[in-house]
Amino acid sequence: MKRRTFLDGLIALSGTALGAFVLYPVMRYLVPPRIPEAATQRVVAAKKGELAVGGFKTFPFGAEPGILVRTADGEYRAFSAVCTHLGCTVQYRGDSRAIWCACHDGLYDLEGRNVSGPPPRPLERYDVHVVGDDVVVEKAKTA
Amino acid sequence: MSAREWLRTRLGLDALQHVVEEKRVPVHRHSLWYYWGGMTLFLFGVQVATGILLVLYYRPSAGEAYESVRFLMTQVSFGWLVRSIHSWSANLMVAAAMVHMFSAFMLKAYRQPREVTWLTGMALFALCLAFGFSGYLLPWNQLAFFATKVGTDIMADVPLVGGFLARLLRGGDQITGGTLTRFFGFHVAVLPALMTAVLGTHLFLVQWHGMSVPPGVEQEGRPAKTMKFVPNFLLRDIVGWLAALAALALLAALFPWELGLKADPYAPAPAGIKPEWYFAWMFQTLRILPSRVLGLEGEMLGIVGFGLAAVVWAAVPFLDAPDGRGTRARLWSLVGMLAIAYVILFTVLVYVGGRA
Repeated sequence: MKRRTFLDGLIALSGTALGAFVLYPVMRYLVPPRIPEAATQRVVAAKKGELAVGGFKTFPFGAEPGILVRTADGEYRAFSAVCTHLGCTVQYRGDSRAIWCACHDGLYDLEGRNVSGPPPRPLERYDVHVVGDDVVVEKAKTA
Repeated sequence: MSAREWLRTRLGLDALQHVVEEKRVPVHRHSLWYYWGGMTLFLFGVQVATGILLVLYYRPSAGEAYESVRFLMTQVSFGWLVRSIHSWSANLMVAAAMVHMFSAFMLKAYRQPREVTWLTGMALFALCLAFGFSGYLLPWNQLAFFATKVGTDIMADVPLVGGFLARLLRGGDQITGGTLTRFFGFHVAVLPALMTAVLGTHLFLVQWHGMSVPPGVEQEGRPAKTMKFVPNFLLRDIVGWLAALAALALLAALFPWELGLKADPYAPAPAGIKPEWYFAWMFQTLRILPSRVLGLEGEMLGIVGFGLAAVVWAAVPFLDAPDGRGTRARLWSLVGMLAIAYVILFTVLVYVGGRA
């Protein structure tokens, strides 16, 4: 091997190594650290009587929104409010008695099943209990 | 020694003057399309100027962003005007860039030796869209919040690197104040730095190779008529820029850009939500794709499809016939026409189509 070829190779290698030494910490810096959060199991989503029949509200469930619906027969249903298509927050439509995502017209029934539009999976269903004056939502134990 | 003479010897103005005097633009029946690059550049200049003004009042945090924009629009003299011009100019710039890109495609301006000019143009268009996407979140309103949620979720669906990309963009797993600060950084530092480098290369290449003459005009073999860039072409450019400035003033005054409601991460997406018009055709595609196609998730199929289409579009200089003639060239013209028709049709469908 010629001395020039060898030196060219050495310079290229050193340059690459230097680039990697600079880029690696930059890339690591750009990706935020994962901060462990206590998984939310249970929240008070509403006060008893706060929701009229056929009404709904969204509420914080950990870092994500949940949705609480009071059906026409007065029963409470709760789900994750994160649309399984592209993550928008869903809402309840009393006229069609369905959970609807405004972003891409995804539709779920009151069991959380994806029944129309692009959502690929059902919404995660939560358990609902009325405890005293509180409507408590918790992660489904059977899930 | 006069000041002009002093500068002339120190800045090499003679060489610059020579280049300016020598630069000529071909004149033919398609010359109208030559003005759209300059128009895009002018509107980018408006963005830089108004962006600098906005940054003097804007506060990039979830607690203050919305309030700072509201203060700017309601209390600061002409704040509403500066923000409206920035928003309208962004839209017109993307529109001008689209006209420039599609006309360059249809006139086959990407043929050798202008392949790199085309590739840098593609990069500039991607940067324009990135500017639009990152800037849209900055007022921290409801529409912006969900547009960013959907946009970054789309990134998350990119095979292999999607999760990494989405976290990199969001600065975490959710859209938070951290995302806003990060998008601000992209919008005012990262993207302008990239834009300067790529735009500089693009403009240099345009000067280096001169304007492309379409194959149809070349084929006719007539002696190409030209006009001087300075002053003839530049004066015509300026007429267009003044018209654009007038249009911007009119749009900003008659249709000031709304601020909407402050983002609430736990509120439902508002009915009638849709992205900016330049993302509308993709939005419509994702909306009509069923949840599953051939065993794959519809959204994944759409997103991979967009990616592949972008790669093919960027690679067209290497796929089309080098002389721009024959069956292969006609096929790529047809591809261009179909792409334009698809984008227009799917964009129109968003605005005239019924919603659930």
